[in-house]
Amino acid sequence: MDRLNKRIAYLSAAPILILLLVFFVAPLLVIGIYSIMPQKSFSLLAMPDFSSYSLIFVEGYLKSLFWSLVLAFSSTVILFLLCWPLAYAMAKIFNRFTLIITIAVVVSLFVSENIRLFGWLLTLMKGGLIEGLLRHYTGNGFEGALYNVPIIIFGLVYVYFPFMLFPLMQGIAMIAEDTRQAAFDLGATRWQVLREIELPLAAPGIVVGTLLSFVLAAGALAESKLLGGQTVIVLADDIETAFTYGQNWPLGSALSMLLIMIIATIAVFGISRVDIDTIMGRKRS
Amino acid sequence: MSDPILQLKNIRKNFDTFEAIKDISLDIREGEFLTIVGPSGSGKTTLIRLMVGMDEPSSGEIWLRDERIDKLPANKRPTCMVFQSLALFPHRSVGENIEFPLKIRGVDLQVRRQKALELLELLRLPQSYHGKRIHECSGGERQRVALARALAFDPEILFFDEPLSALDYRLRKTLEKELKALHEKTGKTFVYITHSLEEAMVMSDRIAIMKAGVFEQIDPAREIYSRPVSRFVAEFMGEVNLIPFKIAGKVLTSPGEIMLSKSVTSDISGQLKKANASCGTIVVRPEFVAFGKGQAADFSVEGRVLQDYELGSRIQYEVEAAGLGLVTIEKLRMDMFDGKPGDQCTLSWAMSDCHLIVGE
Repeated sequence: MDRLNKRIAYLSAAPILILLLVFFVAPLLVIGIYSIMPQKSFSLLAMPDFSSYSLIFVEGYLKSLFWSLVLAFSSTVILFLLCWPLAYAMAKIFNRFTLIITIAVVVSLFVSENIRLFGWLLTLMKGGLIEGLLRHYTGNGFEGALYNVPIIIFGLVYVYFPFMLFPLMQGIAMIAEDTRQAAFDLGATRWQVLREIELPLAAPGIVVGTLLSFVLAAGALAESKLLGGQTVIVLADDIETAFTYGQNWPLGSALSMLLIMIIATIAVFGISRVDIDTIMGRKRS
Repeated sequence: MSDPILQLKNIRKNFDTFEAIKDISLDIREGEFLTIVGPSGSGKTTLIRLMVGMDEPSSGEIWLRDERIDKLPANKRPTCMVFQSLALFPHRSVGENIEFPLKIRGVDLQVRRQKALELLELLRLPQSYHGKRIHECSGGERQRVALARALAFDPEILFFDEPLSALDYRLRKTLEKELKALHEKTGKTFVYITHSLEEAMVMSDRIAIMKAGVFEQIDPAREIYSRPVSRFVAEFMGEVNLIPFKIAGKVLTSPGEIMLSKSVTSDISGQLKKANASCGTIVVRPEFVAFGKGQAADFSVEGRVLQDYELGSRIQYEVEAAGLGLVTIEKLRMDMFDGKPGDQCTLSWAMSDCHLIVGE
């Protein structure tokens, strides 16, 4: 029986394994190999010279990387602060209202990200919804709210909101009500309950939520392009340019590898920091 | 009697239109072990939540010595509770759990570690448990950790919300006795709620029987067992035979073909008349009913043994008594009924072993 179960398990996992091998691991390998090819090479079989990697440090790509990480970091922090209270209320306080919020947030995902960002563009630009109405009724306009760093962060926060909200909610739902009350009963203040009990017990949700938002925001392109104009160039921008206008696939691949490595490091570090089994009070088997 | 440590004055608690607690007043004495017993839905959990400060009463006052505390939140009250689920912190070690209330107060690491080790010893857990994870502990060990954590808080009153209910029978019995010993050792006031009467009887100085948001009776176990104030209490306190009497004019009518001695007839009708009641119930516990007609057979009735049940140290008989319905009898093995189910028998018992509930 046990052996049969095992066989069924392998069999049912096979399609997704093959899919991942063909469409995830293989392209990653191709990118990896391209990244060590000579400049502007379209062949995977040329003599590797690692020139693209040295180019990263010569040209301004580190600055783009810096902006990518800063934007991802700040939007993740803001998302966490913004989502925690809401996720808390959804997990612990609202009953039916939770479903309504969930549906509202999910429905917004049905519309493509770019279209939603264009919506904001029309709302915030000079002569757009806000500025236009204001000028019409008061006679005084302003320069619009676009093309700066805060608006890019706003865009990231807006787009990646669900990716923080739902994991946090899951994490908070894992905090047993009794443990909170016991801590409170043992003299802890609200802040102490938050720090000593709630944050550590919700850690799995926090890690998943922050990783998702950070990873997605670090690779995001549309927000800085549409809302930010060309105020700052993010690394994803450079990657796109290298593959398209630049026709320099090795450079694009090297930049991609750089981003992938940094994100993978952060992800591995993050996941290893929380031992989900311990937090859940289960033994590792 | 010492002054009460905790006083409830006319406490009420409503949830919407439902009255969970209806006008309860209670004095809890310093150092006593008080157990509140009641069936589920009787309001005992609501009451304990009010006492520890997790809920506020709808009206009434709670006084801790000479301080009014009913508006104080749980973290400002010098009391604490051992939860039914124990509510240990799964992400902290045994030692960190115990030290938690001290850490909250900013007690020095060395001092609180010392205290944790002392408490481990008090609760008979090895010192090596200090670094153990909670999920590595057995059910009984977790109980002790939860107790140690509550004691580390050093509360004025320690509350318990059915912490033993999830354990198996033998472990529960052991821990009941340990808890009683711990109560004596620490000298603290313990307030315990449970639905298990056995638990209450073993441990408590006083038992409060709760029904539908009010106390039916608050007395020591022995008193509640032998002198219940109502049929509810009598039935709640284990197996019992309840024999209803009515009085009309001067005539006492007894049910079925039960025979009463003259003195008992006048005793019962006297008590009922004095209280101006039209009815009463004689409570007699199964162990006081004898087979055969003994010396002090104030009550006697003919019957037929229907069934016998092995209870271990005792044997329980179900007897169909003439006109009375079923009478339950329990006998120690050494004075077993020398017959078998289906046999006729005479039952008798003495007035001195009975208790009369007047008015029900």
